[in-house]
Amino acid sequence: MKEIICIVCPRGCQLTVDEANGYAVTGNGCPRGAAYGKSELQNPTRVLTSTVRLTGAALRRLPVKTDRAIPKGKLREAMALLDTVVAHAPVTEGQVLVADLLGTGANLVATREIPAE
Amino acid sequence: MYDLIVLGGGPAGLAAACRAWQEGVRRILLVERDDALGGILNQCIHNGFGLHRFSEELTGPEYAGRYIRMLGQTGVEVRLATMALQILPGQDGAPHEVHTLSPTHGYEVLQTRAIVLAMGCRERTRGAIALPGERPAGIFTAGAAQRYLNIEGYLVGRRVVILGSGDIGLIMARRMTLEGAKVLACVEVMPYSGGLTRNIVQCLQDYDIPLYLSHTVTDIKGHDRLEQVTVSQVDANRRPIPGTEMVFDCDTLLLSVGLIPENELTRQAGIEMDRRTHGAVVSEAMQTSVPGIFACGNVLHVHDLVDYVSAESERAGAAAAAYLQGNPSASLPSLRLDNGAGIAYTVPQRLHPGIGEAQVFFRVNRVTGPAAVVAENDAGETSRFRRLRFAPGEMERITLPANLVATAKEHITLRLEEGSV
Repeated sequence: MKEIICIVCPRGCQLTVDEANGYAVTGNGCPRGAAYGKSELQNPTRVLTSTVRLTGAALRRLPVKTDRAIPKGKLREAMALLDTVVAHAPVTEGQVLVADLLGTGANLVATREIPAE
Repeated sequence: MYDLIVLGGGPAGLAAACRAWQEGVRRILLVERDDALGGILNQCIHNGFGLHRFSEELTGPEYAGRYIRMLGQTGVEVRLATMALQILPGQDGAPHEVHTLSPTHGYEVLQTRAIVLAMGCRERTRGAIALPGERPAGIFTAGAAQRYLNIEGYLVGRRVVILGSGDIGLIMARRMTLEGAKVLACVEVMPYSGGLTRNIVQCLQDYDIPLYLSHTVTDIKGHDRLEQVTVSQVDANRRPIPGTEMVFDCDTLLLSVGLIPENELTRQAGIEMDRRTHGAVVSEAMQTSVPGIFACGNVLHVHDLVDYVSAESERAGAAAAAYLQGNPSASLPSLRLDNGAGIAYTVPQRLHPGIGEAQVFFRVNRVTGPAAVVAENDAGETSRFRRLRFAPGEMERITLPANLVATAKEHITLRLEEGSV
């Protein structure tokens, strides 16, 4: 049995996860909490949000995210990869900058629309 | 001559302007001092926004983008890089004046029948909390460091101590760690965190950053750049306990010690203020003590979630539209919402008795386990709202039943009741 706090939404439910019993989750206020509790103990994942270099616009940085959660253990490697990414304006929101980031199946996408200068 | 001028192009102003347009108001001007719409959301690049409003998890820029696109569908006129300098309320139904300054239009005096105040808030600084010690470079508010990093592309330091456990400080602890800085500690003077629990987990615990509750910064050393910060434990009266000092070698101190609604224009206009919220006193229609002037978002009271800012601001936009369409309610209604034991503030502070049920935001002033908030009017009617826990860091929302509002004579009192659940 392990107690963790759910981070899916601002409510912050106190979850109890029973590893010995198929990772059964109790204390969750919604189905997303149950899914979080299961995955957090077996393969914790996080959505990565950061910025990459931007050229051709007044702004110097473009905000980005992974379009799904990636394994927590890959966050550092992903950050190192982001240092090499350069986006060129114009950029649309949701535009894929790196497909299948580090083989995680997640795409790195832009989170802000940047018009051409 | 405008029907409505909205001051501020952040989430509050965007939602109020969109909603007023949807309600049929046509001559609307939105004034924003920055070069872009979206306000603080543009630098809040992390996710977690929009679960209530859009039923999905968005980043700050994405949340702003939704409303910016919505505004683009309307005929609302937008002026960027424009600073509002002064509001002069019109007397006896005369139009209000808004004085603005911008590089493109110079100094202008604009006339309008209604105004929505949506200027947001700013961070408390070192001066506001009287931090002791030397005054080297390297001490930033967390939001300033966030802007440098996420918008300008500068990491402000390598070894970081964070004072205050507000959400922006927690978010910056994670963000600077991911960018290669070492965050040594997060220090909170209160015995509980000021931020959301999920942020303690995903921003501190995920990266093994220690959180020192009941601790504060008691000395700062550094000639040119910050070199050392001393942290001490505090007693129940928040006084440092001698002998508990810890010294951190660091080049950066981030302050996440609270937000203050930015109400210079409001005060100058003679609008009645609430010293608890540091915002205007409003009715359930978000109308201030000056008829035709409304307030919403963080300029009214500091919110935890942008979703609630949007909802509140949409109410302000709708109320401004109703006012303009010949349904003007006079000055503030007389029915008061009072703060009893355990309640830090409520918004609105006043209610019209005939409105039916009333949505109320409030904060408590201490951490509890299972407890209830009791609303009682002066006719002896009560309503009870139970929660598993209350914390000052988490804004609560309740709906007062129509009967409780309708039977009240002069006031309804909210109080926190522990051990009754």
